Amino acid sequence: MMRNLPWLSVGIIVAMLFMAIFAPLISPHSPIDQSLPEKLIPPVWEEGGTTKFILGTDIFGRDVLSRLFYGARVSMIVTALALLVGGGVGLVIGIVSGYVGGRLDSLLMRIVDAALAFPTILFALLLAVTMGQGLQTIVIAISLLLWARFARVVRGEVLAVKGRDFVALARVHGCSPMRIMATHILPNVLNTFMVLLTLHVGVVIVAEASLSFLGAGVPPPTPSWGLMVAEGRGKISSAWWLSLIPGIAITLVVLAFNLFGDWLRDRLDPKLRQL
Amino acid sequence: MRRYILQRLWQGIILLALVTTIVFFLGRLTGNPVDLMLPEDATEEDRIALIETLGLDAPMYKQFGIFVVNVLQGDLGVSHRYRRPVVEIFFSRLPNTLKIVPAAMILAMIMAIPLGIVSAVRRGSMIDRVSGTIAVLGIATPNFWLGILLIYIFSVQLGWLPSARMGTPLHYVLPTITLGTFLVAGFMRLIRSSMLDILDSEFVKLARIKGLSETTVVWKHCLRNALIPVLSLWGVFMGGLVTGAIVTETVFAWPGIGRLTFEAVIFRDYPLLQAVIIMDAVLILLINLMVDILYAYIDPRIRLAE
Repeated sequence: MMRNLPWLSVGIIVAMLFMAIFAPLISPHSPIDQSLPEKLIPPVWEEGGTTKFILGTDIFGRDVLSRLFYGARVSMIVTALALLVGGGVGLVIGIVSGYVGGRLDSLLMRIVDAALAFPTILFALLLAVTMGQGLQTIVIAISLLLWARFARVVRGEVLAVKGRDFVALARVHGCSPMRIMATHILPNVLNTFMVLLTLHVGVVIVAEASLSFLGAGVPPPTPSWGLMVAEGRGKISSAWWLSLIPGIAITLVVLAFNLFGDWLRDRLDPKLRQL
Repeated sequence: MRRYILQRLWQGIILLALVTTIVFFLGRLTGNPVDLMLPEDATEEDRIALIETLGLDAPMYKQFGIFVVNVLQGDLGVSHRYRRPVVEIFFSRLPNTLKIVPAAMILAMIMAIPLGIVSAVRRGSMIDRVSGTIAVLGIATPNFWLGILLIYIFSVQLGWLPSARMGTPLHYVLPTITLGTFLVAGFMRLIRSSMLDILDSEFVKLARIKGLSETTVVWKHCLRNALIPVLSLWGVFMGGLVTGAIVTETVFAWPGIGRLTFEAVIFRDYPLLQAVIIMDAVLILLINLMVDILYAYIDPRIRLAE
């Protein structure tokens, strides 16, 4: 199992989780307190940088490194919640649709088709404007993006499992459909579900960053990586570190999760390769 | 084929109805529609006039009726910020988006088709590994950040290319690359994997046994079949393309629909956002329908299945 483990990816993922969990302990400064006399100090290796602010400060004199740590936290919380809600709903709908079949199945799959055909970012933006920005809004918005993808793949898997002998035996034995779905079908699609979860971490992180960048994410001054990129955009010619550093963080983390997801898929569920 | 197209058209109309309904109810149920529809400095008379035109004192189903009739007549309200009918604004911006999206798609095709084919034919070679790395990086890099990075390198540091707005042909370069990168990565992976399947199939073996040259086999027999999945997975790319257009136009201050969507969000201009979403849904429906027709045309299995 440990053979060919993508160590670099695992390292980046562990570092990200460490930053997210221990942000209050390892941050040298407050992520939101402003200090205008210390604004726009470059990173330590640039001319004019100080060891007090290793990655420099932003236009309000806030420490970029501390904001990066807390931003990891926002990313992780949004990712965990969105995967839980969106993935969970998709899992349940996929199992029910696949197992029950018939009219319910074709109705649910029509809805899945419709959800996949329409760019969810537009709904996410609509939600942000009507419901107001916030954690709740962004989790709902990203869940809308996820559920249909999960439902479709899980359903396909259920169709394959459903025809096997042990399901027929359970039915003959008198198990209720609910019980069959929960104890016989569910454990057999969990592998696929786990792979789907890991493959979608990157998708969620980019979605969260994109929405924050567009002013529809977690509201400022809460540091989010996407928001940091957006805030630094206007200063790209004089203070490159404001936009480029959080962007590097996003890219590295997404890359790590994608490579790790690919590896896990090849290990657990190679037939999902088309995804 | 007619049946297939009609079925797809029907699905598109259902989607459009769904989008319109959701837009209506989100606007009515999550807050006060009068506040959403009017700018902050609106007078009392504006409020009364709006309540009358939208029928806001009528029951919900009547309001919905009025809304649907208005949408069908192309009346989607007046933008807070621009004080002009939103549909008019939409059509004035549309041509600018239609200038970079096709450019990005052509760029993506020019890059992805040869790279996808070569990496499948020479599986495991240097080219395969390099293009695989490009694909993985292209997928992991958020579009909005790539745009800023390109501005930093080519505008700020090197001073070769303009960083914002329209104008000379040079203004097209960075937005096109930014928008195209996501597509290049996706197309390339897809073409490579479907080429690998096809290279292994019976008809390719037959073509080789017949003594056709490798070039004819790959470029004539395989390519056509390898492009089918790109078309059939078009919907997946569509979502990315819309997101890509919004962030790319935002980064480069490109006055298209994407930038308009961003402005609607930033200025909390609900009538504008509502119109952009409904009009986008119509556009997407039309484009998907064209792709479906093309798909049926290229793949006889779809055309002939009744």
